[in-house]
Amino acid sequence: MIRTEDIKKSFGENDVLKGISTEFYAGKPNLIIGSSGAGKTVLLKLLIGLFKPTSGKVYYDDTDLFSLDDDALREVRMKVGMLFQGNALFDSMTVGENIRFPMDMFTNKSLGEKEKRVDEVLEMVNMEGINDRFPSEVSGGMQKRVGIARAMVLEPKYLFCDEPNSGLDPKTSILIDELINDLTHHNKITTVINTHDMNSVMGIGENIVLLKDGNLVWQGNKNEVLESDEQVLQEFIFASPFLRRLREDALKQRHAHE
Amino acid sequence: MVIDNMLYNVGRYVSLLRSAVARPEKFSMYYKETMRQMDAIGVGSVFIVLLISVFIGMVTAVQFADQLGDSFVPSYYIGYIVRDITIIEMAPTITCLVLAGKVGSNLAAEIGGMRQKEHIDAMEIMGVNTAAYLIMPKIIAAVVVIPMLVAIAAFVSIVGGYLSTVVPGSLSHTEYVLGLRSFFVPRYVFMMFVKAAVFAFLLTSVSCYMGYYVKGGSIELGEASTSAVVVSNVLILVFDFLIALLLT
Ligand SMILES: Nc1ncnc2c1ncn2[C@@H]1O[C@H](COP(=O)(O)OP(=O)(O)OP(=O)(O)O)[C@@H](O)[C@H]1O
Ligand SMILES: [Mg+2]
Repeated sequence: MIRTEDIKKSFGENDVLKGISTEFYAGKPNLIIGSSGAGKTVLLKLLIGLFKPTSGKVYYDDTDLFSLDDDALREVRMKVGMLFQGNALFDSMTVGENIRFPMDMFTNKSLGEKEKRVDEVLEMVNMEGINDRFPSEVSGGMQKRVGIARAMVLEPKYLFCDEPNSGLDPKTSILIDELINDLTHHNKITTVINTHDMNSVMGIGENIVLLKDGNLVWQGNKNEVLESDEQVLQEFIFASPFLRRLREDALKQRHAHE
Repeated sequence: MVIDNMLYNVGRYVSLLRSAVARPEKFSMYYKETMRQMDAIGVGSVFIVLLISVFIGMVTAVQFADQLGDSFVPSYYIGYIVRDITIIEMAPTITCLVLAGKVGSNLAAEIGGMRQKEHIDAMEIMGVNTAAYLIMPKIIAAVVVIPMLVAIAAFVSIVGGYLSTVVPGSLSHTEYVLGLRSFFVPRYVFMMFVKAAVFAFLLTSVSCYMGYYVKGGSIELGEASTSAVVVSNVLILVFDFLIALLLT
């Protein structure tokens, strides 16, 4: 579980986050949504301590992240996996070496054990057999999966994904969402996902946080998204006339059932 | 304003180096990286160092021979002068100025690229101390390997002096060797190694610093690479002077 307390962040004159207090739950995908420039990436980077907040606190269970010294912070980070928006795979290493890197750095496993674990996580993301290829030699969707595999290799307790399905076709995005969803539930991970993909919201949105202009303006789950009459939420999620019609139909159906 | 900026950079440089001095997460990974860097910096630079130092030796000898002309200074002094100029100044300084261009720009671009592609953030999140992992092996490798290159450079320059005077016949073999053996001051060799090690430290640490804090895109990466070379060169010259003051 991760909890934030009145997080504020400014870059010079630019107040990007204006006081975010919320909770991200264990064993559930937690979604941060909001339009471009709303501050999603900044919030995510604050949650893992890549940025320091101007004021406010971030708690990992009961640990105050920003009170930790560098060594203790690294201790926490070993329990964290992250999928970057641009994947951040090391391009001079093969896929296998990329995934092995955290184990090389932090475990005393033998090469054989490490290779076995690499195969295991690659299989988990349905990408077995691409160990010897370089990241530049596989497609964008495959890179995402490799990124997830690398994030998962040390069995993290916390997983952060910055727009895991941007730039992917709808079918592949849904596969990636399901993959993250399964891993989260199966391993009881606290997963935080930045997205503006409505398929993700309606597919895996168990806890959704909507940011607008640096404020948290709505929080709930995917069923509540449908029901809520909150203006900002409806404007953001059901932006097109087509989606608005779909929502009305869905609501009608649901009420007919009751 | 300029002073502010300079102080800011010096402060950030010092604090980066402080966090680079840490216990490695995994000794074997640091060892492997150090070896890789020794290969890249050392073996990768042998050719250019040989080329430059043989020419420096040749030029020094020819020009000094010309200046001696018909003076009363005995001509075996050519060997002596080539040896001392090379050891004291040319080998460490010129070699490191050239390496700042070759190795420094390369390091700045490598680390800067990693910063821009979020590789450094990715490692930080894994829990790696990136200041240590990305910088310490490079500094250690350079401080070990560059003095070796400088020693090779000094030797090759002396051979170069031989090639440009004895081989064409303007000086005899015996005279050149007599010059090499005259007035030898062991302290100068010590000074050469001190300079080489200090310059190696400066050029790698400055270049890594420039790369580590790159922002923006390819233009900034190019600029970082250029500043790495320029700042390293200036510092090498300044420290050359300081070491000369201290050790003579
Ligand atoms: N390193 C930084 N320095 C200065 N300002 C920044 C920095 N990072 C982000 N910002 C500012 O913070 C604001 C929010 O940016 P952020 O990247 O969090 O948006 P986002 O919600 O992730 O958008 P997108 O959906 O397009 O990724 C922007 O106005 C941006 O200019
Ligand atoms: Mg973003």
